[in-house]
Amino acid sequence: MRLKQNQQINQMKKYTYTEKKDTRSGFGAGMAELADKNPDVVGLCADLIGSLKFEKFIEKAPERFFQVGIAEANMIGMAAGLATEGKIPFTGTFANFSTGRVYDQIRQSVAYSGKNVKICASHAGLTLGEDGATHQILEDIGLMKMLPGMTVINTCDYNQTKAATIAIADYKGPVYLRFGRPVIPVFTDENQKFEIGKAWMVNEGKDVTIVATGHLVWEAIKAGEILEEQGIDAEIINIHTIKPLDSEAILKSVKKTGCVVTAEEHNRLGGLGDSVAQLLITEYLAPQEYIAVNDSFGESGTPDQLMEKYGLTANDIVEAVKKVMSRKSESL
Amino acid sequence: MHDISKLKSIASQVRRDIVRMVHACQSGHPGGSLGCTDFLVALYFDAMNRKEGFDMTGKDEDVFYLSNGHISPVFYSVLAHAGYFDKSELATFRKLNSRLQGHPTTHEHLPGVRIASGSLGQGMSVAIGHAVGKKLDKDPNLVFSLHGDGELQEGQNWEAIMYASHNKVDNLIATVDYNGQQIDGPTSKVLSLGNLKTKFEAFDWKVLEVENGNDMEEILKVLDEAKSLTRKGQPICILLKTEMGYGVDYMMGTHAWHGKAPNDEQLQKALDQLEETLGDY
Repeated sequence: MRLKQNQQINQMKKYTYTEKKDTRSGFGAGMAELADKNPDVVGLCADLIGSLKFEKFIEKAPERFFQVGIAEANMIGMAAGLATEGKIPFTGTFANFSTGRVYDQIRQSVAYSGKNVKICASHAGLTLGEDGATHQILEDIGLMKMLPGMTVINTCDYNQTKAATIAIADYKGPVYLRFGRPVIPVFTDENQKFEIGKAWMVNEGKDVTIVATGHLVWEAIKAGEILEEQGIDAEIINIHTIKPLDSEAILKSVKKTGCVVTAEEHNRLGGLGDSVAQLLITEYLAPQEYIAVNDSFGESGTPDQLMEKYGLTANDIVEAVKKVMSRKSESL
Repeated sequence: MHDISKLKSIASQVRRDIVRMVHACQSGHPGGSLGCTDFLVALYFDAMNRKEGFDMTGKDEDVFYLSNGHISPVFYSVLAHAGYFDKSELATFRKLNSRLQGHPTTHEHLPGVRIASGSLGQGMSVAIGHAVGKKLDKDPNLVFSLHGDGELQEGQNWEAIMYASHNKVDNLIATVDYNGQQIDGPTSKVLSLGNLKTKFEAFDWKVLEVENGNDMEEILKVLDEAKSLTRKGQPICILLKTEMGYGVDYMMGTHAWHGKAPNDEQLQKALDQLEETLGDY
């Protein structure tokens, strides 16, 4: 993946952005492209067309769009039936209603039945904001990664979300694609090729590995800049595909740096951090710190306030890096 | 044009298979299986337009979804006799490393099965999905589905029922095995279904009723009628009043044999009532 190289004077800043967009709009743009590109792609939505940015897909391929109403269980079942017929269904609703609400439908009719359904979930995590904990699912990555055969993707910006949306249409098998609502920097390449299961090396470094997914990737980049000013050289890896995990990339990095911080907008139980911990405990022992929500529900607030209160900011990553590096030196 | 005696003969053999399969592994669900035998035989050997062999998409043929997956013995036996796999495989039912899992699955690649079912209430949504897919592909063939009546207590069905009428899914024929029984007792005691006919009609479905869902002629007649009513703007429901355990006297008229296997003596007693017509597996 080619990065947007910073042309500014400050040499420490490796990445920049020129605009901010929401990742869900990347999904909408990807669907619009698929409307033209792949006649087998069909869309299903449970009364959240505007929230999921489905408008352009509907405009281009109205006959391939199914409004199912506020009936997510039926939507998942219908997607399984459409997939059996040979279609490539993309279901869209909030992450909470895409997973927790329909876990058994996904488990039996999609995952166990091996159906080619793409479960696309917006408004994941705390950054949904003011709606509060009923809508802020922080358990979805765990739920989905436990399903045998399920691919789990959490994208970090508009461009990556668009690329992932287009890429998963060409992959045969069930996929959970997680993205969000807030407007955040667009910093990955516009014309990137998205490879499922292939980590993106954001920045090479030698002192610590920061493994981040979703909205936490930009926080990790900001943390990397703060750390660089303090003389710490962080390697930053974007794990957009949590399952299958790019074990090779993570192990290679941790063997070099000797310690790792994982960062995600998810419960610390069952998320990316646990996947990395499981890898390290079986393959290569190294100290790890988690940046994640500490086994709690969220609450109402602005996205920024919530990220700060629940410890998911660049500064939190910096603190975790210092802690994990001190643990590394203790173990030497 | 319907070969009633042939269908009855197949049904008798399917019933023998059911009790033998359930006896062999000492588990499974004979009651509902026996009750739905005549319907599934009529469907697969008369009503459905089926191609040779099996392909998952079911393009250019009618497809069937079993939502109440626990009646897998009847499904497997009918699929075997319909030629999807060798009937000798029925001996592996519910045993380790078998394609004939306790509840049907696509996971083991058993020909004839298009979805896993067992966790109740999901099949109608899947059938609707396939039906709208056929419409997209301009495939004139139909989607059939079978549901338990107790299964309609699951809310997902009503999401699906609402969707199908609103969107005029009129290439779907959903049949309810209306035997009035579920695991814990009669549906009227566990959680009453009320008047299913008026419920479906209130949701703007076309409803057909079969008073004796174990009478082959009645079943064939209603299936003919149902097919003639497709593509007219309404999804179609058949309320099929069956008797749980039909064909084995001591299993009839009770929910006791919903999920219970006969012992050796009971098996013999059951087989004595069922003519071997096509050879036991």
